[in-house]
Amino acid sequence: MRLINRHPDGAGRLLLILLPFALLLFAYFTGSAARLADNPNDKLLPSAVQMSDAVKRMAFTEDKRSGGYLLWQDTASSLQRLGMGLGIAAIVGLCLGIAAGTLPLFNAPLSPLLTVLSMVPPLAILPILFIVFGLGELSKVMLIVIGITPVLARDLEQRAREIPPELLIKAQTLGASTWTLILRVILPQLLPRLLIALRLVLGSAWLFLIAAEAIASTDGLGYRVFLVRRYMAMDVILPYVAWITLLAWLMDLGLKRLTQLAFPWYEGAKA
Amino acid sequence: MSAFIEVKNVWQTYGDQVVLENLNISVAEGEFCTLVGTSGCGKSTFLRLLLGQEVPSKGQILLGGKQLVGEPDSSRGVVFQRYSVFPHLSVLNNVALGLELPRAPLFGRLFGQAKRDAREQAAELLKKVGLGHALDKYPTQLSGGMQQRLAIAQALIMQPRVLLLDEPFGALDPGIRKDMHELLLELWRETKLTVFMVTHDLSEGFTLGTRLMVFDKVRHDPHAPNAYGARITYDIPLNPDRRATRAAVEALPAHVTGSLHAVYQGA
Repeated sequence: MRLINRHPDGAGRLLLILLPFALLLFAYFTGSAARLADNPNDKLLPSAVQMSDAVKRMAFTEDKRSGGYLLWQDTASSLQRLGMGLGIAAIVGLCLGIAAGTLPLFNAPLSPLLTVLSMVPPLAILPILFIVFGLGELSKVMLIVIGITPVLARDLEQRAREIPPELLIKAQTLGASTWTLILRVILPQLLPRLLIALRLVLGSAWLFLIAAEAIASTDGLGYRVFLVRRYMAMDVILPYVAWITLLAWLMDLGLKRLTQLAFPWYEGAKA
Repeated sequence: MSAFIEVKNVWQTYGDQVVLENLNISVAEGEFCTLVGTSGCGKSTFLRLLLGQEVPSKGQILLGGKQLVGEPDSSRGVVFQRYSVFPHLSVLNNVALGLELPRAPLFGRLFGQAKRDAREQAAELLKKVGLGHALDKYPTQLSGGMQQRLAIAQALIMQPRVLLLDEPFGALDPGIRKDMHELLLELWRETKLTVFMVTHDLSEGFTLGTRLMVFDKVRHDPHAPNAYGARITYDIPLNPDRRATRAAVEALPAHVTGSLHAVYQGA
């Protein structure tokens, strides 16, 4: 049988999914064991015991200086920044995308501007943000907003243009004004697409968050990772990276489930 | 019968390309006009002009003695071959939308009793077109024929004076198409609708219409295929029995005919 026609069955599929993860872990722990056997004080590839000790210290032991649990404090402040950034970017991106994708009069001034703005490297203007908004929360949230809003707006503009013109005409024959047409036809059709666009920019949002925290912050997951780098504390960095990955994956999964739950019509309508 | 729709010296050109040249017709209220012709001969363009989706390059179209509004509005209903219904709304809401939009300029939706009334009225009409069992389904869960039934119901809830159909049954099986013809004729008999229907199917044009218009180019220049547009080359009165019935119904006093429209007033 040709390779292209061979499909894994249920159990085989699960095995194939887990296999690369298992291989990665195996490669890591073999390497770690070999290095630690050479030199018990090696810091580069910590063992599972060393890492779980670090997690206990960071997550389940009160910090002597601040009296809090560092991992959870870092997580809370990072997620707050990320949530605010994503929320603001989603609302602004949706408004800009609808305006540029639906109304020809707004498309002319907006569409080329958004194309140019999306080419500005957000990290290059991070110093400007620190100068303008100071070193507080605002500049970190603004970096996320500035980084992903043009991407969201351009995507939604494109999606709004893909709505068949027949539907817009039909809505007008049903007595819709421009405003009610946007409210009852365009907006509900774009919301599932907004959630999908958010899933795609999640990676960039985390990147901007960690960059901003690394440079100017006193807490947050990105701040901690860059702080302990000074002591080459790989036993802290690796669990933190795994935790960030898990959070990002859960957010992605959550957005996917939300799309399915809130917009059951969407899957069928794509065809 | 006086002219309800008058097309006076209408030309439609896109740059160098002449699509329609010098159309002059008048249509009485309640006629069922079928428009046939080869692909690209301008019948759909003519329909878009009637809809207000496009404005004629020259000439004018009068509806009830007044210049046609240059954008789509609720006086003219439309059913396209595809994309006529809203994929994000259930069958019931697709039809109720037409009752909500004109009455709710701020939110585009009704609340409370007004909403319940609108949904009841929409359900009534949907039962009539044979969709009473599918009120809560989404359009993608319906077959092609059912989707077009929904599109027709959606257009009729507005009680438009003109119904424009752009190859509405082009994608349907012959058997389903026949059912749709019956439904359409039944609805046409009960209302004072003036119908314009573009079709590729000549027999469909002959069966349904009370008037068949053939669009064709009379002049050809082989060196400039776009220099001349199409005209209406044949304008054939059809189905005289239905025309006579319609004329007789019109002659009846209003309190008798009024009951025929009751279902659309949300009885």
